[in-house]
Amino acid sequence: MRRVAVIGVGDTEFGELWDYSFRDIGIQAGLAAVADANISADQIDALYVGNMSAGRFIEQEHIGALIADYAGLARDHIPATRVEAAGASGGLALRQGFTAVASGLHDIVVVGGAEKMTDVSDTESAAIQSSAADQEWETVLGATFPALHALIAKRHMHEYGTTREQMADVAVKNHKNGSMNPKAQFQREITRETVTSSPIVASPLRVFDCAPSSDGAAGVVLCPLDMAKKFIETPIEIVGSGQASDTLALHHRKDICTMEATKVAAKRAFAMANLTTKDVDIAEVHDNFTISEILAIEDLGFFKKGEGGKATEAGLTSLEGEIAVNTSGGLKARGDPIGATGLAQVVEIVTQLRGKAGKRQVKEATVGLAHNVGGTGATAVVHLFRRV
Amino acid sequence: MKVGIVSYGAYVPRYRITPEEIGKVWGVDGKSMSKGLMINCKSVPSPDEDTITISVEAARSMMRRCSVNPKEIGAIYVGSESHPYTVKPTGTIVAEAIEASPHLTVADFEFACKAGTAAIQTCMGLVGSGMVKYGVAIGSDTSQGAPGDALEYSASAGGAAFLIGADKVITTIDNTYSYTTDTPDFWRREGQMYPRHGGRFTGEPAYFKHVMSGAKGLFERSGTEPKDYTYAVFHQPNGKFPTRVAKQLGFNDAQVKTGLLAPIIGNTYSGAVPLGLSAILDEAKAGDRIFAVAYGSGAGSDAFEMTVTDEIDGYARYRAPTVKELNTNLKFLDYATYAKFRGKIILGSE
Repeated sequence: MRRVAVIGVGDTEFGELWDYSFRDIGIQAGLAAVADANISADQIDALYVGNMSAGRFIEQEHIGALIADYAGLARDHIPATRVEAAGASGGLALRQGFTAVASGLHDIVVVGGAEKMTDVSDTESAAIQSSAADQEWETVLGATFPALHALIAKRHMHEYGTTREQMADVAVKNHKNGSMNPKAQFQREITRETVTSSPIVASPLRVFDCAPSSDGAAGVVLCPLDMAKKFIETPIEIVGSGQASDTLALHHRKDICTMEATKVAAKRAFAMANLTTKDVDIAEVHDNFTISEILAIEDLGFFKKGEGGKATEAGLTSLEGEIAVNTSGGLKARGDPIGATGLAQVVEIVTQLRGKAGKRQVKEATVGLAHNVGGTGATAVVHLFRRV
Repeated sequence: MKVGIVSYGAYVPRYRITPEEIGKVWGVDGKSMSKGLMINCKSVPSPDEDTITISVEAARSMMRRCSVNPKEIGAIYVGSESHPYTVKPTGTIVAEAIEASPHLTVADFEFACKAGTAAIQTCMGLVGSGMVKYGVAIGSDTSQGAPGDALEYSASAGGAAFLIGADKVITTIDNTYSYTTDTPDFWRREGQMYPRHGGRFTGEPAYFKHVMSGAKGLFERSGTEPKDYTYAVFHQPNGKFPTRVAKQLGFNDAQVKTGLLAPIIGNTYSGAVPLGLSAILDEAKAGDRIFAVAYGSGAGSDAFEMTVTDEIDGYARYRAPTVKELNTNLKFLDYATYAKFRGKIILGSE
């Protein structure tokens, strides 16, 4: 297996991008990544695109060919593949690109992710997002995505004494990080009270416990590590890649306070990288709800089960903490354009490892982790990155 | 010749309902809805009130306050998005009611919430060109909000009428400017009972972009700035939007508070800026300057700058109720009665 490096990253602002279409933002992010990698379009061997539901959000399928076409690559007839695993679509697309380069099948691969969510009504958007859960056993019975995560939150509070305030602290931290990220959807700091006095969505989760609906795109360029220095000075190596699946429905899990897929994917990634959690300086984790970040930092192994809330409250996951979590603002503040999210995480990790994250830069960051989840944990993808 | 407002009249139904009462039915926290929208209650038309009766009430008050011979009125335009008839004008009934018929031109206007101010601009043109001596411009609505929709907390009823002329004007209309694009933020198709809207899309790219552009366009053309005005009024789909837009433009609370009626009457759509302007004229003094920007979904804005003249001193404001007086002696409804009043209860066939 060849060693693989990220040689270029690019993204759009995240938010309500009503002046741009899906293809506009896909191209913006892709071109930025290609320019960052100092490559030309005719050097690209393959394209992977992470996208959850363009068919329902903008009534457009066949996304792989669409992006290749509008990127000006149609005449080169490169293989263009769409990857879908709900919220983990972006992370999984990265894994496909990684596999293709590592195996020797392709040399230079562009991996993009995009979602245009705000062209439909809020109700429609919620329905589309809930299709990541089990349609026959959950969604059809009225379980929305916030409702399923509310069940997780309630159980976590019951089992481990996690408090309302500790969940609020996740949002407060991520908004603070987002305030230092010019691409973030929300760039204003909030307080605990902002969260605890916002309208209830599904008890105990309130508006400020939930990631927003967003438009946005992100992309990266991969190549074999031994070619990377030909293009840029600071390649970032993908040292570990792990993917795992679990039951689609939440109620089939033996413990809803643990995402086994996250645990297994992390174990596989760490084994491939020959690293441990102690080696990780920064992590972008899948905080689609505040409770999700608490579960993630436990299941990834940074903190013991049940200690995630307390660790957050104690500031251990802040920029200056033991491990800086969601330095970009996370899904909560940076925004969550579903298919783009997994790649926006990579953009942040690479930017941090290059030392180019500005005000939110974590000092001497060497190893970074990206954690992307589909549904309520039926798919998890974990990648580890290291400065070369 | 300086065209302006010769007389005006307003009308708001006395019935009210609170966001708390509506929220109770739909499982929504009415208090935080009320706080978020800055709406304490909204007006509700009784079963025998509609856009025609509101327009007639406002037009009669307008005529009572002046001594203009109704036969000298050459045009009547009624702007509304809730004309009771799809085919058959509202304006002809108003014309008969104020005895202006038959030697005049009449038409109904529609441009979402700014049809009333478009009527003012049309009358300015007709009077200014000498085609008519007086024109009547009315903005009134009994606006619709689907049960349970966010609009239900704000959509209300009311209207105001303006007699536009060039003789004995109580305010001159010194400048007007419109800003229009095709921006589909809010719409109702033929045969549909309730409008649909683009949720948050109705904010930044729709209301704020057009109101700000209308206001700035007028400032540029007239060479004025916020501090030159005594009063300012903006379209008010709720209390929050006009408050924010006023602040962004640089107006202070004192300039805005008189014309800000959404907190006590809700969103009267085509009636909103006309009613806010009426509330200002109820207390304005000679020399006061007024800035107004109406907004209509779809989308466009009409901006005006006006100056109150000495004629206001002899003007018989007292002959008709002020907006403040229309907002007293209120009757609060429960949701069931409100649903009956608004035709939301489907009766079985006999």
